Amino acid sequence: MKYEYLPHTADVKFKSYGKTLEEAFSNAALALTEVITDYNKVEAKVEKTIEIESEDEKALLYDFLEQFIVLLDSESFLLNSIKELNIKKGKKLKLKAIIIGDTEIDKYKTETHIKAVTYQEMEIKKENSKYMLQVVLDL
Amino acid sequence: MEEEIEIKKISDVVWEIPKSGNMKVPCRIFASENLLEKMKQDRTLIQGKNVAFLPGIYKYSMIMPDGHSGYGFPIGGVAALDYENGGISPGGIGYDINCGVRLLRSDLTKEDVKPKIKELLDKLLEYCPAGLGSSNIKVDPEQINDILDKGAKWAVENGYGNEDDLKHSEEYGCMEQADSKQVSDLARKRGKKQIATLGSGNHFLEIQYVDKIFDEKTAKAFGIEKEGQVMFMIHCGSRGLGHQVCSDYLREMEHTFPEIVKGLSDRELIYAPSGSDMFKKYFKAMCAAANFAWCNRHVLGHQTRLAVKDVLGGAKLETVYDVAHNIAKVEEHDIDGEIKKVLVHRKGATRAFGPKRKEIPEDYREVGQPIILPGSMGTSSYILVGTDEGMETTFGSTAHGAGRVMSRHEAIKTFRGEKVVKDLETKGIHVKGVSWKGIAEEASEAYKDVDEVVKVSHDAGIGKLVVRLKPLGVVKG
Repeated sequence: MKYEYLPHTADVKFKSYGKTLEEAFSNAALALTEVITDYNKVEAKVEKTIEIESEDEKALLYDFLEQFIVLLDSESFLLNSIKELNIKKGKKLKLKAIIIGDTEIDKYKTETHIKAVTYQEMEIKKENSKYMLQVVLDL
Repeated sequence: MEEEIEIKKISDVVWEIPKSGNMKVPCRIFASENLLEKMKQDRTLIQGKNVAFLPGIYKYSMIMPDGHSGYGFPIGGVAALDYENGGISPGGIGYDINCGVRLLRSDLTKEDVKPKIKELLDKLLEYCPAGLGSSNIKVDPEQINDILDKGAKWAVENGYGNEDDLKHSEEYGCMEQADSKQVSDLARKRGKKQIATLGSGNHFLEIQYVDKIFDEKTAKAFGIEKEGQVMFMIHCGSRGLGHQVCSDYLREMEHTFPEIVKGLSDRELIYAPSGSDMFKKYFKAMCAAANFAWCNRHVLGHQTRLAVKDVLGGAKLETVYDVAHNIAKVEEHDIDGEIKKVLVHRKGATRAFGPKRKEIPEDYREVGQPIILPGSMGTSSYILVGTDEGMETTFGSTAHGAGRVMSRHEAIKTFRGEKVVKDLETKGIHVKGVSWKGIAEEASEAYKDVDEVVKVSHDAGIGKLVVRLKPLGVVKG
C-alpha cells in the first residue's frame, strides 16, 4: 500500500508508506494530489524541479508538500508522478525532486482544493524497515 | 482521548478545565452536555488546554459551542493576550485568514425567487466561481498590492459595490495597519487569480429566506422586517494568498524563535512575542490578507447583484453585515475593572460586540453587532446580536457555525453527492456544486446541530437570537 486515508473531524488525514524515506515522501505527494484530482488521468507533459532545505524531517515534509499547493495555485500545475526524489541529511535536510504533470488544469475533473499542509498529528516513523508518514491537510 | 481531562461544571452551558501543568489560566468551554461530549471525541479540549500556556493570556482560554479539532488552537478557540506582554500566534488565527461571512438582504420574497431558482444558481456560479475555478476579474501585481493595503475600499474605488457596503462591514472592510510589503511574492502569486472566487471546502453562496423573527426591534435595526424576505449569504476567505501568509510566517517564526519551539506542545502554537519585529511584520501581513478577504467578499456581493439583475431584473440588495471569524484584533476590554489593550485571537469564532462599542456601525450601535452564523448545507442559519454579558465573559465572541462532527473521509463513505442533492431537492432546497464528492463531504449530517450551537450561544448570553434563515438554494464551493 502506497498510502491510506484516516478519519479526522474537519480535514483530511493520511498515512503514506515507503521502503525508503524518499519513497514515503513521494507517496505523500500522491496522497495529497488524490484529494484534488485523479493523478492517473493527469498527462505527463510538464517537468519541474523542486529544491528545498529545512531544519528537520517534519519541517521538510511540510515544506515539500506545500510546494504542490503553491504550484497548483500559481501555475495551475497538477501532479502525475514523481520521477526522482533525493533527500540529503546534514545539519539541514536538503530535498531535490523532479516532478511531472500538466498545467492545463481545465482538462481535468477537480474535486476540492487544499488550503494548507499542517503540523497537526504529523508523524515520521521507521517501523520494521518501513517508513510511515502521517499528515493532516487543512481543507 | 489521549489523556483524562478534569472538567468542572459551572452552569448548564459553561464548563471549566482547571489550571494544571504549564497552563497560565483555566480553559472555559461554552457548550451543552451533548456538544461537550462531541468535543471529547477529538483533540478540541487538549488544544484548548494548550492555548492556556500562551504568554500574557487573560482570564481563560475559551472554546465556543461549535468547537472542534484544529491545528494549534482548536476551531472555536478564543484567547486575549496582553498587547505589550503577550504575542501573536498564526495558529490562533488559522490558515484561512479572515475567513468570514457576508449577508445581504433584498427586497425580494421567496415567491419571487422560487420559480427561477435553478437559473439563478447557474448564474451565481458563473459570476462567483467555485472549486478550483479562476476569477472573472483580472488584477495585475500592482493592483494586488492596492487590494492588500486598502481592502474593500479598493473595490469601491474600482466600481464594485458601494460606500454603504463598506459601512456595514467589520473594520469597514479595511484594516488600516495592513502593509502589502510584508506579504511574500509567493502569496501574491497564489492570490492573483482568486479575487471574487468562493474556493472549496465548506465555502458557499446561499440564497435564503427569513423563516422566523425572534427579536423584532433588533431585526428591524438590521433591515429585516418580514418573514419570507430573501437574503444572500457568502462564506469564504482570503484564498491561497491568506493561506500562504499564515504558512510563511509560521515557518519564519519557527526559524526566528527556536527556543520557543522547544517548549511547545504543538508546533502550530508558535508565536512571536509582543514587541518583536516578527510580531509587527506578521500582524501587518495578517491585516493585508484580511483586507484581501474583505475585498473578495465585497466583490462577490457585487457579483451577486449582477447575477440577480440578469435573472430577476431590478432588485435591491444591501449589505446587512460582514464578519470575520479567523482573525486577531487589537481591542480594549474591561478586565477586572481595568481597561486593557489586548490582542484577541478568534479562530473559528465570531466577534460579538454588545451595544455602544465604537467598532459597530452607527445605525446598529444601539442594539449591538450583528453576528452571522451559517449552518451546514440544507439547515438553518441564524442572525444573532452581541451583548454586554458577552463582553464580560468571552471578550465579545461567540460561535461561527455548526462545526463538523464527521470526517470528510467518513462522509464520502456514508453519503453520495447525487443522493444528498436529491434529498435536499425534495425539501425544496436546490444545490449547485462543482463536485459530487465535495457535496457528500458537506452533507449536513456531518455537522453538529446548528440549532443547538445557537441555543447555547443564546443561553450563555454571548450572542442572542434575532432571526432564523432557511435555505432555498446553495452554490457549493
